[in-house]
Amino acid sequence: MDENKNNRESRRDFVKAAGRILLAAPVLALPVILAKRTDVKGFVWQIDPFKCTSCELCKSSCVMTPSAVKCMNAFPMCGYCDFCPGYLRQGAKTFNTAAENQLCPVGAIKRKFVEEPYFEYTIDEKLCDGCSKCVKGCYDFGNGSLYLQIMHNLCVNCNQCAIARVCPSDAISRVPAEDPYIRKEIKKL
Amino acid sequence: MFIGHTVLYAQPQRFPRPEFEGGYTFPTHQFLYQRGPLWEYMDVAVLVIALLATAWMVIKKRSRQGLVWISVFSLAYFGFYRQGCICAIGSVQNLSLALFNETYAIPVSALLFFSIPLIAALLFGRVFCAGVCPLGAIQELTGFRQLRIPRQVEAVLSAIPFVYLGLAVLFAATESQFIICRYDPFVGFFRIDAPYTMVIFGSLLLIVGIFVNRPYCRYLCPYGVLQNIFSRFSVKHMTITPAECRNCRLCESGCPYDAILQSDPDAETERPARSWKESAIYLSVIPVIAIGLAVLLYNISPSLAVVNDNVKLAREIRLEKNEGIKAVSKNAVAFYESGKTEDELFAEEQKITGRFRKGAPWVGLFLGLSLGIGLFRLTARSVRKDYEPDRGRCYSCAKCMKFCPVKINN
Repeated sequence: MDENKNNRESRRDFVKAAGRILLAAPVLALPVILAKRTDVKGFVWQIDPFKCTSCELCKSSCVMTPSAVKCMNAFPMCGYCDFCPGYLRQGAKTFNTAAENQLCPVGAIKRKFVEEPYFEYTIDEKLCDGCSKCVKGCYDFGNGSLYLQIMHNLCVNCNQCAIARVCPSDAISRVPAEDPYIRKEIKKL
Repeated sequence: MFIGHTVLYAQPQRFPRPEFEGGYTFPTHQFLYQRGPLWEYMDVAVLVIALLATAWMVIKKRSRQGLVWISVFSLAYFGFYRQGCICAIGSVQNLSLALFNETYAIPVSALLFFSIPLIAALLFGRVFCAGVCPLGAIQELTGFRQLRIPRQVEAVLSAIPFVYLGLAVLFAATESQFIICRYDPFVGFFRIDAPYTMVIFGSLLLIVGIFVNRPYCRYLCPYGVLQNIFSRFSVKHMTITPAECRNCRLCESGCPYDAILQSDPDAETERPARSWKESAIYLSVIPVIAIGLAVLLYNISPSLAVVNDNVKLAREIRLEKNEGIKAVSKNAVAFYESGKTEDELFAEEQKITGRFRKGAPWVGLFLGLSLGIGLFRLTARSVRKDYEPDRGRCYSCAKCMKFCPVKINN
């Protein structure tokens, strides 16, 4: 009887020890298996402005409210036009800063006269909500200097970006954290 | 195809660059960065320290009060400060994505967040669940009452985490979705910012959790499946009694999760022949269930593949081609604008569906084995002399300790 018990206990101990090794081995071996495919520097999410189709989902899909996506103007590409198609809505009768002429629903684009015939357009990021209406206007009728980017002081760097999940053109992907912005004026095709 | 892309997306310079005369300079933009990668390693260090502290508090010091304070800290740090991301539960997906895709490099912190709590479980039991996981902490700190769940209901609901784990691994491996992240009920509270569906789901779980403690841990958490398995082989584990068990039965009602295994010191033997036969039957049924579920998952894998965006789009386009139902989704509009051909899209769809076909049977096998082994263990007799926690299911929350009258003389 005692012997049975001892046998049973030593069997149980053996199974336990074997189980521990069988479980610990793959977990400890993971860093070795994935040695070549491990990243140390970190990734963040970013929009590729050359793939973006101005679908307006950036505003509503981000888990943060307001969205971490803001519009930027690539000044070296901008035409500084009086009739900016990213600033003025289609059918605007006069080219001025009147609210009824503006395309931006929150009035985030500021227009400033520079010199004849050039106007400077800057985005007030505190107002911008990433809706991409100006991006579409600028791309369709202008130089395409307005583009959306994920701002990393606002982005919480989700494991899977909720906007990336719904982006119709797969424009959002992981980029190295050290170089987290894809600047249209620098990366022209 | 590459040419198609460049032609479409090449930005035409419709209006010439201005030539400024008055000495104008372009405004500069302030580019702000995320916190540096070193902070991720600090998170890993805090994880290790919290795990060791919990183990010490639960096993050595045996203090429920201390565990509660560690839970508060973990909720504050991993929950509200780090906003619940990255977490060990989600790291399963990162690992799955890395193992089955050459192009993804897993961040070291994700790998460590996956491995370290499992090693801790192998050493000390489910100390991660006890005091470190922020989702566990938020449920632990709101579990005021204790309602018992009937065994059968508990058994059925406990199957959900296995399915969740299998599907999460499959969807992550095929680069389709991170469903654990998407359906995380509490991350909205941690960010103090959530869509209303998440607020409702999270609040419901917390309210239910006041009575049925730790509902996410018990019936949803996919990482809990792994913690369960690893903890069963733990080297040291929390015990109800600090010394020997007197079989006084006072702790029987002490566990909100019914994770206390009762002893039966009088019954040494039963009718061996009958129980051997039962065990043999259940053992032989395991491969049948496993293969059956594998075949089932193989057959439904095309329906599962729809989770992938490219597959969904391909089916929408095909529907338009074959039956004339207009494809109006934003994805379809972007597809038509992009200049990608339908053949390319359908080829991609075939490739992804093929990956689903290859991966889904393994998920079925896993589910079948889990179910079969679970049923088999019901037939296993254990002769127990003491009341001890079920190491797989015990969260080491230390609620049972106060019921034990055994005291150590110093």
